[in-house]
Amino acid sequence: MISLELYNYWVVIFLMMAGFYTLIVSNHLIKKIVGLNIFQTSVFMLYISMGKVAGGTAPIAAEGIETYSNPLPHVLILTAIVVGIATTSLALALVIRIKESYGTVQENEILELDHISDTGPQA
Amino acid sequence: MISEHIPALQVVVPLLAAPICFMILNNRMAWLFATLVSWLSFAMAIMLVMEVKDGTVLRYEFGGWAPPWGIEYSVDILNAYVLLIVSGIAAVVFPYSWKSIQKEIPESHYRIYFTAMLLCLAGLLGMTITGDAFNLFVLLEISSLSSYTLISLGRDRRALTASFQYLIMGTIGATFILIGIGLLYALTGTLNMADLAVRIPPLEGSRTLEAAFAFLIVGFGLKLAMFPLHLWLPNAYAFAPSAVSAFIGSTATKVAIYALLRFLFTIFGTKFSFDYMQVHWLLMPLAVVSIMFASIVAVFQDGIKRLLAYSSVAQIGYMLLGISLVNVTGLTGTLLHLFNHALMKGGLFLTLGAVAYQIGNTRVKSVAGLGQAMPFTMGAFVVGALSLIGVPLTVGFISKWYLILATLEKGYWPLTVLILISSLIAVVYTWRIIETAYFQDRPADAPPVSEAPLSLLIPAWTLIAANLYFGINSSLSTELASSAATMLFGGNL
Amino acid sequence: MSSINLLIDIVLLTMLVFTTIAIVRSRSLFAIVMLSGIYSLLSANIFIILDAVDVAFTEAAVGAGISTVLMLATIGITGYEQKKRRTISWIAPMVVVVITGAVLVYGTLDMPAFTDPSAPIHQHVAPRYINDSPTEVGIPNMVTSVLASYRGYDTMGEVIVVFAAMIGVFSLIGIREKKSEPIHAEPPARPILQVMAKFMIPFIILFALYVQFHGDFGPGGGFQAGVIFSVAIILYTLTFSQQDAMKLVPPWVLKRLASIGVLIYGGTGVVSMLKGGNFLDYSVLAHDPIHGQHYGILIIEFGVGLTVACAMMLIFFAFISRGDKNP
Repeated sequence: MISLELYNYWVVIFLMMAGFYTLIVSNHLIKKIVGLNIFQTSVFMLYISMGKVAGGTAPIAAEGIETYSNPLPHVLILTAIVVGIATTSLALALVIRIKESYGTVQENEILELDHISDTGPQA
Repeated sequence: MISEHIPALQVVVPLLAAPICFMILNNRMAWLFATLVSWLSFAMAIMLVMEVKDGTVLRYEFGGWAPPWGIEYSVDILNAYVLLIVSGIAAVVFPYSWKSIQKEIPESHYRIYFTAMLLCLAGLLGMTITGDAFNLFVLLEISSLSSYTLISLGRDRRALTASFQYLIMGTIGATFILIGIGLLYALTGTLNMADLAVRIPPLEGSRTLEAAFAFLIVGFGLKLAMFPLHLWLPNAYAFAPSAVSAFIGSTATKVAIYALLRFLFTIFGTKFSFDYMQVHWLLMPLAVVSIMFASIVAVFQDGIKRLLAYSSVAQIGYMLLGISLVNVTGLTGTLLHLFNHALMKGGLFLTLGAVAYQIGNTRVKSVAGLGQAMPFTMGAFVVGALSLIGVPLTVGFISKWYLILATLEKGYWPLTVLILISSLIAVVYTWRIIETAYFQDRPADAPPVSEAPLSLLIPAWTLIAANLYFGINSSLSTELASSAATMLFGGNL
Repeated sequence: MSSINLLIDIVLLTMLVFTTIAIVRSRSLFAIVMLSGIYSLLSANIFIILDAVDVAFTEAAVGAGISTVLMLATIGITGYEQKKRRTISWIAPMVVVVITGAVLVYGTLDMPAFTDPSAPIHQHVAPRYINDSPTEVGIPNMVTSVLASYRGYDTMGEVIVVFAAMIGVFSLIGIREKKSEPIHAEPPARPILQVMAKFMIPFIILFALYVQFHGDFGPGGGFQAGVIFSVAIILYTLTFSQQDAMKLVPPWVLKRLASIGVLIYGGTGVVSMLKGGNFLDYSVLAHDPIHGQHYGILIIEFGVGLTVACAMMLIFFAFISRGDKNP
């Protein structure tokens, strides 16, 4: 029975790990950022899943409703979403500058160019 | 009336100063304003240290809501001590910045620089002072986002990739911390640190607790550049503007170590962290490898800033080693090294900033002949280097002494030998620079150099002089560090 | 959870899994970015099923909206295709990911079953928010109470995070102002789109205002309102031109307003300090604590909305202006 009781968490963990994998394996900087977004959004789902109460409704007080889901994870995740978009926009701005100064956004090419500068006369 | 609000103002003042600074149109005014704010926060940190020195714990409830429902700040000896380090370094780096950034940052970006520095300062102070686990995450992100911005201001294009790499690794770290905090919250229903500390011990044996522990260790490990998660650090320190390297290099990893200590000792408790999870057997080998590996890599660097960055990874190894010894002497060594390493690396990076200001770069071979041309700057460098090696009468000696005592106390003599060997390697990598500066002549075709301006020398010498002062009269730092260490092993917040 | 909700939950999760697999496997960046927008939208649906309406609202506006727009602007500059890599080293990343995932799954084994009301997470702190916040803070939306009052300091930090991101983007790519005159061509260059946009923009702004001031009672608040407001301007920029939009909301004004928004939030805290309370203690703002809470929340939500709207617009302008002049 345990598998059914926890299925939501496990699917979310799968998504999280798929995002994490995309983040570390990708060679393209933008795909990395997409991976990061998926990773973070899945963590948000983990939090929100923990806040759900069986038979509860959205935590907005109303007549005749006895059970509410836990509002605190919602608050925390609202903050985390904002942090996420802030990080994404900064990362994308960095990608644009990297493209402008390196001419590429492929990680292996950037590393090669950096290696040349490290060993070259400008090191 | 104002004094009871100081814990809040410690963070709120620099935090709100940032948008004000961004609105100031005159660059020089923005600098003066930011400097004033940094001095003010240093003054507040001193006041906080005075108040908590005897073991009192100051608490501040935001919004007037009692914890655990509201967010609280809680100040004890440990975090007052870290606040002192962070704001003290800021109080020296902010005045230094004005001259230093003139040759490194376009004039249109001065205000952005000071705004981001204030945000970074506020974020680091907030991470240190907060008594709420989620609030720590928020302030961590404020300091991280502003550090990415500051690092990307470096002149070399590699500053951009360094910043991007730091952003990716830092965000992975922060997300791991977020997962860890979420699991702790799921287990206990609270986010308040003091409350968590009460509710965690009975849960020993819970798998969720073990997973939360693992995620928090890795998350903070990324932030504090624990080997092998240190990959972001060398380039970030090497290519950031000089003043940024000095500030971030001497504060950001320290605050991450503080956060790790807070979680290990206060929130999880020594019993869970060390007796049950045996985390010291993870930290000790990592510390040993990072001390040896990073010291050796440092020897082969051509850029002095990158050399010092690798040396920082090694110094972080010392701090982790002190934790992994699990005794009061070792932890005192760690805490002393937080303070002392901030002084030595801060001083050295500021000195290098003066070199960069005069000759435009900081490669080892470029400092040839500077011993004569820039006697005060290179003199400062020599003292800083001696402190880094751990020569008596400097602060570097004090922390290494405590670490050696702690290894002997435990009977781990191979670690004692390791500390001595790595100090010898530090002699090797600093000697390369000193030898080039004093015993090689400046190339005949190089343009003439003169001594750096006083506005750079005075801040640099302030930190270097502190290396000597606290090396000779170490009672203040050792008293604070040892009482903080005793408190951590006593286990009360 | 009712069985119909359970079914929807399972369907949505399955769709998320397929979207993610498509993202991992795809090479076209355009597809990846669009799929990531879809991922956000699907997860917003999950949030609704799990009763997190405020979160769903924000995720849809931010993840599927702003973030997708910014990513599209970026790939417009960097190019759409990924090059093939000579050797793909996937083994080490896979090991790291599998270990991380295994630790997490191990951690969930002891967790109370999904939606279990007796889980510790629902016991200690949360009941006060649920039972007392409608009377203590005086507004029905508990999420708003916690966000703006109990944990108002976190929310101030969140506004500062947006401000910090704005500073960072501004530092990196700035806003390039063009010398040329705004192209407000007669007849309009894209007549149908422009007429439609002119029709829609007032409604979007009206909706933003509704979300801003209705956050006490229903889902929404300053953050969501700020994002929606900026979407109106983004729509205007896309259908008309950047010069037109920047004439309407000049960047130098936005920069100041974004700073002022943060200061409105912080200033509320300072005022409550001066009135004898702690930082951000709204109860002291009026004679009656409940009124004080009301005023406080109204003011800080306004600060949040102001900063978020201005910062989002500035970030968008920065991205869009960089693309035009790409060599």
